Amino acid sequence: MKVFRKTGARRGRMSLSAMWRVFPVALGLWWSPGAAAIAGQDFAGAAEQERYRVLIEELRCPQCQNQNLAASDAPVAADLRKEVLRLMREGRSDTEIIDFLVDRYGDFVLYRPRWQSATYLLWLGPGALLVVAGLTVVLVVSRQRRAHPTAGLDEAARETLTRLLDETGDNRLDDRR
Amino acid sequence: MARIKLFVPLFIFVALAALLYFGLGRDPRELPSALVGRPVPAFALPSLRDGKPLDATLFRGGPRLLNVWGTWCGACRDEHPFLIRLAGMGVPIVGLDYKDDPVAARRWLVDMGDPYQEVIADQDGRLSLDLGVYGAPETYVVDGAGIIRYRHVGVLNEQVWRERMEPVYREWEAR
Repeated sequence: MKVFRKTGARRGRMSLSAMWRVFPVALGLWWSPGAAAIAGQDFAGAAEQERYRVLIEELRCPQCQNQNLAASDAPVAADLRKEVLRLMREGRSDTEIIDFLVDRYGDFVLYRPRWQSATYLLWLGPGALLVVAGLTVVLVVSRQRRAHPTAGLDEAARETLTRLLDETGDNRLDDRR
Repeated sequence: MARIKLFVPLFIFVALAALLYFGLGRDPRELPSALVGRPVPAFALPSLRDGKPLDATLFRGGPRLLNVWGTWCGACRDEHPFLIRLAGMGVPIVGLDYKDDPVAARRWLVDMGDPYQEVIADQDGRLSLDLGVYGAPETYVVDGAGIIRYRHVGVLNEQVWRERMEPVYREWEAR
């Protein structure tokens, strides 16, 4: 919250418009889950920081049910963040870093499952289900069309019906058409 | 035939419900260990007791348990009496003191009893990270060749031992 203090010291108090300008920035800092994880580190440059952020946001904390390394307060997440940075500085590639963690903690740490025999169903299942459902709909509809090619009333039937309705004094069929 | 087709959606529903039901019964906290079937990672760390250097040759000659603990870990306190019972039954246990203060750890062993054959002091957590430890306590069954055969995350108690670990341990003991 340096922004507030600096501005406040210079102008005594912050104008409403200045506050509105700062608000989204402050919100962004507070909201982004990795902010705390990144704030505690010194980076060699923006590129390193960005690479680190992407990595720790994509890796899952082994101790938590649904938090990435960036968002977790668990001690093991802090250790693994440190480890990721250490490996980055050793010059390892992203794939090597991810392999390193999978070697130790298993596929659990991956938020994006790998393409392997155990995950074929996971990757292809939804698409396959959609295709099957689509085909079923097409099949059912086309079969119904074939079974009742003249669904609705043909001309002759319509005339008969209109006449009958006229006779009973109820002539709302046209309105309904 | 047409009758049977009518029931297809029901069959699909039942199959899906069964799949999801059994999925619910599984513990999502249990990580399938990446290290089962692989050797204990190489390490060179001091013994907690006397600082003498230890390495993976510790795990040669007969199966044993590797128990990850720390004085900061409340559940380890609950687990400790059972480890002492196991040691009394003649099961060799190697301790791995995970990110701990060695002084406090030594005092813990004096106060509460020492079930361990040897205790590895992993102060910076390097070996624990290589093992994929994500909390304590954790207990591994390591065979006589130093290969990890089973991993249990959480407190090791009578039931876990009898139902899950002992069969693995005995199997490797018999070889």
